[in-house]
Amino acid sequence: MAVKVIIPTPLRVYAGKQESVEVQAKTVAEALAALTGTFGDLKKHLFSDDGRLRSFVNVYVNDEDIRYLQKDQTQVREGDTISIVPSIAGGSRI
Amino acid sequence: MTVSPLKVREEMLRRIHAHGVETYPHECCGALLGRDGDDTREVIDLVRLANRRDDSPRNRFEVTPDDVRLAEKTAGEKKLELIGWYHSHPDAPARPSEYDRDHAWPWYSYIIVSVQKGEPKDTTSWRLHDDRAGYDPEPVEIIVHTPSI
Repeated sequence: MAVKVIIPTPLRVYAGKQESVEVQAKTVAEALAALTGTFGDLKKHLFSDDGRLRSFVNVYVNDEDIRYLQKDQTQVREGDTISIVPSIAGGSRI
Repeated sequence: MTVSPLKVREEMLRRIHAHGVETYPHECCGALLGRDGDDTREVIDLVRLANRRDDSPRNRFEVTPDDVRLAEKTAGEKKLELIGWYHSHPDAPARPSEYDRDHAWPWYSYIIVSVQKGEPKDTTSWRLHDDRAGYDPEPVEIIVHTPSI
């Protein structure tokens, strides 16, 4: 299935300065693997060292948060759009 | 790496400080809207946002993805870009913490204002390294806006 992944502005520099990238995938996990397979520098900003999606990185399939679907095993269909949206977090304590 | 200065209109800096004073001793947070060029970046407007960390607002802040989308939409409506974020460190230095670094992306400008005993003190801005190992300080250049007569 060809799905579109929208690249957030801060990460476009690691994706050939593209606003979106089309990948072949059946699930969100496959789509993100295909994306980071092509654009390796994206990986560390989306995934932590243990390979899990960083806690502040949120993924949507057609505006549905995958946490409320089947997480990264959420199936995608031809023409679906995947969005990556950060939560912004921080604070003074270490 | 040398980072070009972040130009911030004086009024925006005043608004960030006022927000930090208002929410003290809790952290404030908001979005920086502006323009990003090859050599210059300027903060032109702000979106004040609620700190969603009810459990530890004195030393943590969180902006939800819905609020991030709201900030992006607001930027688009104003023909600006979402170029970064600001937050306060109540009674703590205006330096990014490890927790800040773990939750940051490169490219964004991260303004931190230290609010000591309810008074705004140092204001700094930071850009995360490409390899996520640390930050570069981003000099803040205050732009004094003189209204035309």
